[in-house]
Amino acid sequence: MAETQIKNFNINFGPQHPAAHGVLRLVLEMDGEVVERADPHVGLLHRGTEKLIEHKTYVQAVGYFDRLDYSSPQCQEHAFALATEKLLGLEVPARGQAIRVLYAEIGRQLNHLMNICAFAMDVGAMTPMLWGFEHREKLMEFCERACGARMHMHYFRPGGVAMDVPQQLLDDIYAWCPSYVKIIDDMESLLTNNRIFKQRTVDIGVITADECQDWGFTGANLRASGVAWDLRKSQPYDGYEKYDFQIPVGKNGDCYDRYLVRILEMRESVKIIQQVIENMPGGPAKSIDHKVTPPSRRDMKHSMEALIHHFKLYTEGFKVPAGETYTAVEAPKGEFAVYLISDGSNKPYRCKIRAPGFASLQATEFISKGHMLADVVANIGSVDVVFGEIDR
Amino acid sequence: MDQVLQELGGYIRDTLGAAIEDTSVRLGQLSVEVRRDDILKVMKFLRDDANCQFSTLLDVCGVDYPDDDERFEIVYHLLSMTHNNRIRIKLRTDEDTPVDSVTPLFSAANWWEREVWDMFGVAFNGHPDLRRILTDYGFEGHPLRKDFPLTGYVEVRYDDEQKRIVYEPVKLTQEFRTFDFLSPWEGVQRMLPGDEKAEDAAEEDAK
Repeated sequence: MAETQIKNFNINFGPQHPAAHGVLRLVLEMDGEVVERADPHVGLLHRGTEKLIEHKTYVQAVGYFDRLDYSSPQCQEHAFALATEKLLGLEVPARGQAIRVLYAEIGRQLNHLMNICAFAMDVGAMTPMLWGFEHREKLMEFCERACGARMHMHYFRPGGVAMDVPQQLLDDIYAWCPSYVKIIDDMESLLTNNRIFKQRTVDIGVITADECQDWGFTGANLRASGVAWDLRKSQPYDGYEKYDFQIPVGKNGDCYDRYLVRILEMRESVKIIQQVIENMPGGPAKSIDHKVTPPSRRDMKHSMEALIHHFKLYTEGFKVPAGETYTAVEAPKGEFAVYLISDGSNKPYRCKIRAPGFASLQATEFISKGHMLADVVANIGSVDVVFGEIDR
Repeated sequence: MDQVLQELGGYIRDTLGAAIEDTSVRLGQLSVEVRRDDILKVMKFLRDDANCQFSTLLDVCGVDYPDDDERFEIVYHLLSMTHNNRIRIKLRTDEDTPVDSVTPLFSAANWWEREVWDMFGVAFNGHPDLRRILTDYGFEGHPLRKDFPLTGYVEVRYDDEQKRIVYEPVKLTQEFRTFDFLSPWEGVQRMLPGDEKAEDAAEEDAK
């Protein structure tokens, strides 16, 4: 019998594939159904955000951060606001900080809901998507009531938040929390002990703690491998040290643990939301230094000085002292950081965006090697990537 | 915190000697400028030394200062989870001089260095796969250089007759507008018409 030569063949996964989570083109070299090599081609959504920010004033730049990881825009804005405040040496009032923590946690819920539902759909479960997105919609209504925009909030400004939230909104969010915990329970009842879900995820895409550090993993992906590292605890910002919450940690670093860590993080995050509302301080929601934050509409009708401040801020912007800072926040996907260099003018000289998804996706080949084609889908879903931030 | 970083900076400077050009702590962050040729040595030390243990490379990025002799600054950000510390490593290079790749030490550097190559055109020695990463297939130029225009050089559209995507030079229906919003009290240096009379008058008064 003649020996047949079996050649590896290449397939293109994406860029128009529902399980590619956006516009990923993955060139896979397959040996039968086993992945030999995976070469992700990214950049199909590249918009030149960093270049654009160099041409905008600091407040105008906030809008670009919404459009990076569009499943949790709040956390990106948070990093930029903190970086700018650090260069300015500006203090944010307690109420401003608390509102930012509140909305950053809402952003975390939005992100994890989207990720878990999409991940479940990738491995074949339809229902979580339908249930989860109903609650995403409710969360986005809370965003809308705070600032008028459902997704791209443009809400966290250097110096605080764009506008204060009404008490009724806080009460409504507080009332929503218990019903939401029940939804997480329901979601878990669908997935956590689901035999098919476990067969698709347990021991798939295992990565150890050392490999995680080598590949620059942060956030839930790192914690799933057993490293208790969370910037909200280790390098707290905006008063995270005041809130009582746990850091869930996984054991095996597989797709299933990454899912479990996210579910537990959602539960912890609800606790933070409740604590923030219970202890919401009074006072202004943004810095009263009107060289940086705009005056209220009401003042502008009476005060010449307020009018001048408003005019100056919305034409020239404010100047930031020369310097550089690398400021990171614990975004739902991992460490999101802004490396901001100011040359003393009203525009950033350089604004490098450190996107956690970039590092996670990079390791796809490493994680997927030797797995089946269907497991590649599970791996991409479980490391939580969104192409807005990877391609920038 | 600053005290700890100062001491760490001093320790690194003492141990590595000539490889370190400068250390500074500003805004609670430690920056170390290293000699370009010693980057691998420095990174290996920072990763493996017991007092450093910067085991995670978070970010590699470029910065362009077109007026300087060595116009590009390559900036590395490292994190030590053991000591809860961060460090920033900087080095300088120009268009033609490649930098040693740190991919052998940190796998994560692979894509970050590809991005620096793509955006700034700085090459990395010993990089396993130095292709463009974010820009289009067949893109020319390095967009984050300060001399690259914001609007770029080409635009794409789908041509219905040729049934394919075509590239054309950028045509702006409205000229790209940059306003110098800097304050007229601080930004403007030039004389306004008629200003010279005031000086003449002052001189005459002096006589």
